[in-house]
Amino acid sequence: MLHIENLHAQVGGKDIIKGLTLDVPAGEVHAIMGPNGAGKSTLSYVLTGRSGYEVTEGSATLDGEDLLALAPNERAAKGLFLSFQYPLEIPGVPALTFLRTALNAQRKARGEAEVSAPEFLKLVRIKAGELKIDFEMLKRPLNVGFSGGEKKRMEILQMAILSPRFLILDETDSGLDIDALKIVSEGVNAVRSPDRAMLVITHYQRLLDYIKPDRVHVLAAGRIVASGGPELALQLEAEGYDKYARAA
Amino acid sequence: MTLAAALKTRDVTQLPGKRDEDWRWTDLRGLVRALPEPSEPFAGEPPRGPFADLAGLPIHVVNASDPVVIRAKSAEPYVVALHFAALGGGSHAATARIEVAENARLILLESYEGDAEAYVADHALSITLAPGASLERVVLAADGELGINVSTAQVTLSAGARYAQTVLTDGGRRQRIETRVTHPGAGADLRLDGAYLLADKRHADQTTEVLHQGVGGTTAQLTKGVVRDQSRGVFQGRIVVEEGADQTDARMRHQALILSDQAEVDARPELLIFADDVSCAHGNTIGALDDEALFYMRQRGIPEPQARALLMAAFVGEVIERIEHAPAREIARAWVAQRLEV
Repeated sequence: MLHIENLHAQVGGKDIIKGLTLDVPAGEVHAIMGPNGAGKSTLSYVLTGRSGYEVTEGSATLDGEDLLALAPNERAAKGLFLSFQYPLEIPGVPALTFLRTALNAQRKARGEAEVSAPEFLKLVRIKAGELKIDFEMLKRPLNVGFSGGEKKRMEILQMAILSPRFLILDETDSGLDIDALKIVSEGVNAVRSPDRAMLVITHYQRLLDYIKPDRVHVLAAGRIVASGGPELALQLEAEGYDKYARAA
Repeated sequence: MTLAAALKTRDVTQLPGKRDEDWRWTDLRGLVRALPEPSEPFAGEPPRGPFADLAGLPIHVVNASDPVVIRAKSAEPYVVALHFAALGGGSHAATARIEVAENARLILLESYEGDAEAYVADHALSITLAPGASLERVVLAADGELGINVSTAQVTLSAGARYAQTVLTDGGRRQRIETRVTHPGAGADLRLDGAYLLADKRHADQTTEVLHQGVGGTTAQLTKGVVRDQSRGVFQGRIVVEEGADQTDARMRHQALILSDQAEVDARPELLIFADDVSCAHGNTIGALDDEALFYMRQRGIPEPQARALLMAAFVGEVIERIEHAPAREIARAWVAQRLEV
């Protein structure tokens, strides 16, 4: 599925990712944990193609296809989805319009037919209901005036509608109370499947109680410095990142 | 110094230009070295314009004609489509008088078009609202690339009248849509909105002046602009609250997006207040499209040109939503979307 090999990336001329290698096979959930400034968010932006994040060496492929050669929207159409740490407000564009535009743009890029309005609304009603999102809220401009928790739920709704193959969750637990965290985690777990995979970026172990990872990696100073099973997350929670920060 | 006077006397020194304070950003004197010959009378089938199908009474004026007179007398809304076309080049001056009787209602759907020839056109509208009258004016101005068009409306409101205006333009070689309103206060209500959507080397000027002359009047103004390539947008909004015009409530907002290094917006919002007890505010912001929002949209699979168009349409949408006449609003929305396509 996702294969990253010796990736180096700069932001503003400064090296942030320094030789990162990672494999996430289909069907698995991998967590990336690490101290602030380790390069966790940078990794998510490099993979999704944000401008200003320059890859200087190495490769990243999704099912063998070179991600780095594609525009951000082309990567999305290939099934790459990033749940943003800070979802953007899109003034004047109703959430429904945004979602339908995105879905149809992806389908068009894949050579699939557009989804009709009734089909789309039916799908949204079901998914919004599961995430306890008031349908009326979807008529409002996307994320404008939404609370932190509502924005995160909107990310998961978009994920459910767009049905990506590879998900990156960037600090999805930040800003969520325990009830919202449960709803969001259920939404994420609902899309787990043998042909999908995900990378869960988090600072705290808490989220991993709800979204159980197959593997846990520690990212420090731009590289993976330790990998292990779910028990590694518990160990980090107990011991902190200090020894990895020093090792890096 | 007016274009109308210059056309009448055929004297270019009568043209307004840089030295006239209100025309410094729309310099006609420096641009027009010689006035073109008067336009030929037009023989064929006149163009219908964007609003013809909505109107009980479509009026077409090609290269000026006899003065147009529109009188609305009924409390049932009367819909008039007034289309001005400049075809085959030359110069001409058109006039129109619009009167809305006491408690009568008029929807005036006004439009401009020009062909690819160079032309100089002046339009002078005199609009009068009797007490309690109501007029919604929607203007779509689509001039030719080589067209010079000045349209000036002198609006006089009476007590309890309501005037709402939305001017949408995509510019011309030089284009100015000017609105001057005499506002008596006395419960009269004014909305003055506009949007300019410019590309290439086009120029659009939206100039307004409101004179609040009596107690208790309201004015709400919202103008938005999107400029690309080497285009230039001008917004001049002046609200004067004269001595004694207490309890005036006047709000003006102008927002523009500059989408190219070579595009330009010149804005001059002015509030001149000579009364004590008033509530007035103005705001003016100029910026670019939000790069983070664009990336977010692209991450969801929306190609960049489509993402930009969606953000621009949403930005201008606030002006469109304020159009009250629903069929005209939909035509305006489509007109805007067409001009924001990439």
